[in-house]
Amino acid sequence: MAETGTTFAADGAEKQFRDGLNRGEFNIQQCASCKKHVFYPRTLCTNCGSPKLVWKRAAGTGTVYSTSTERYKPEAGGDKNIAVVQLDEGPRMLTRITDIAPADVKIGMRVTAHIGEADGIKLIYFRKA
Amino acid sequence: MVHPLRGQTAVVGVGLTKFGDLPGKTHLELLAEASYAALDDAGLKLTDVDGLFVSSMGRVFHPLQVAEYLGVKPSAIDGTNVGGSAFVNAIQHAAMALHNGVCNVALIAYGSTSRSDRKSGTPRVGGNPNAGVMYQSEYKPMLPVGSYALVANRYMHEYGMTRDQLSSVAVTFRKWAQLNPRAEMRGPLTIEDVSRARMICDPFTLFDCCLVSDAGAALVMTRADRARSLKQKPVYMLGIGSGTSHDQIAQLADFTVTACAMSGPRAFGMAGLKPKDVDVIEVYDAFSINPILFLEDLGFVKKGEGGAFFAEGHAAPGGKLPVNTNGGGMSCVHPGMYGMFVSIEAVEQLRGNTGARQVEGAEVALANGNGGLLSNQSTAIFGTAATLGAEARTTKRASAKKVVKKAAKKAAKKAPKKAVKKAAKKSAKKAAKKVAKKVAKKAPKKAVKKAVKKTAKKAKRR
Repeated sequence: MAETGTTFAADGAEKQFRDGLNRGEFNIQQCASCKKHVFYPRTLCTNCGSPKLVWKRAAGTGTVYSTSTERYKPEAGGDKNIAVVQLDEGPRMLTRITDIAPADVKIGMRVTAHIGEADGIKLIYFRKA
Repeated sequence: MVHPLRGQTAVVGVGLTKFGDLPGKTHLELLAEASYAALDDAGLKLTDVDGLFVSSMGRVFHPLQVAEYLGVKPSAIDGTNVGGSAFVNAIQHAAMALHNGVCNVALIAYGSTSRSDRKSGTPRVGGNPNAGVMYQSEYKPMLPVGSYALVANRYMHEYGMTRDQLSSVAVTFRKWAQLNPRAEMRGPLTIEDVSRARMICDPFTLFDCCLVSDAGAALVMTRADRARSLKQKPVYMLGIGSGTSHDQIAQLADFTVTACAMSGPRAFGMAGLKPKDVDVIEVYDAFSINPILFLEDLGFVKKGEGGAFFAEGHAAPGGKLPVNTNGGGMSCVHPGMYGMFVSIEAVEQLRGNTGARQVEGAEVALANGNGGLLSNQSTAIFGTAATLGAEARTTKRASAKKVVKKAAKKAAKKAPKKAVKKAAKKSAKKAAKKVAKKVAKKAPKKAVKKAVKKTAKKAKRR
């Protein structure tokens, strides 16, 4: 049997990412073997399978890959934007674009990240750059 | 080389419950009713079932629950839940188990009270199916519709598909539903009705979204040799392919390409067929963008032209490529997971059982299940006996030989040697004639056409 030994840190990638968010940092993993960026946080590189994923600070910039408006009645909080942003590092993530009317979010729009909170959990949102 | 699973198993029974509002029934009762109907259709009994393939929206250990409820003690049991496509994916698992002798009669079954649960506010057992999906559920997106809407908007952005083209998908399936007495939604529906309906999640209006129904459905499979002695005309499993691209929607690499680009070539590869060989298509239309993407990714329509294909009526009754002849999940029925229904309609079309919506002379049908948030695609290609090709005729020859041997043995018991020889000769001749007739009957026109085309092509090349 091969043992994992010291290949993996005591805390998993998930906890490390959350700890970063709680410190106000948006961190992203990069594979030391194939140099591809990985998001959301993983244990193994989804491109080449390597366990050598190294944390770095995300640029926090990206482009709207797709967007939609979820229609809610005003009493239910009104319409909400939902979007997929392509980070400049490469990976994409689901998010919401804030501080803008949902219908004004356009595919191709440049956006920057900010950390917000929902139900006590820190989450990454974006605004128009 | 012919794939070892091609044509080796067949669907021998299909069963459906009533559709719609069935508040007096549980999902297990609906599953059991449909199973009874499918087994009755095949001329088999519940006690014959030794392979059980089921999936549930929320219940953990669902296969155990169903086995106990039905009183079945299966030697092959499977509950791989890859979403609504699970019931097409299960055909792959059932075919492998049957072909390898792990089981003999496979039951694939589903029951759901989605509509009644929604009305009564009953939560799905097991809670939110997306709980624990990191980096998606925490944003509390409107799911599943939101993820399909994101895909639709990206597709429209890249290919310039219009709102009215998208609307033509729902209109197409409504036209088919109007020919299906079992379909839930049979009233008139226009492009304008769809485009101007209440917006749910841009670009989807109410009519871009599938129904929510109570219903049960079941399908029975056996090996091909046994299928031929059962009650119905067997519908052979020619090819099956599964493709998985992601779980959370943001992880789909290209929002304009689904896992059908994997499952399709796998299914066609096994079947030894091409898209042009398919007579009728049944796809899981959870949302109106789905059939557009699936037809493109399965090779029926060029990328970017799916919307126009529907708008021009090619998939509608009378069109060149009938799609969702039962009315689909948008107009016929959609009980939480719709995967069972694509296969059942494909089987009914190949049996020639579908009345006003029958596709004349249908010999090859494709059924595509969609699972999760476009995450898994499972593609099954079914065919009539005429599509079995060379190896099926070999099987028949073998059985003809058996008949001869049997006749000879019988005669030997009763008569002197000379008579035996005569009898053997006679029955051999008869059997040979029978086989020849059958082959002649079944040498399909298509094959002839193909051969002609091929030689024509070759001649051109020269």
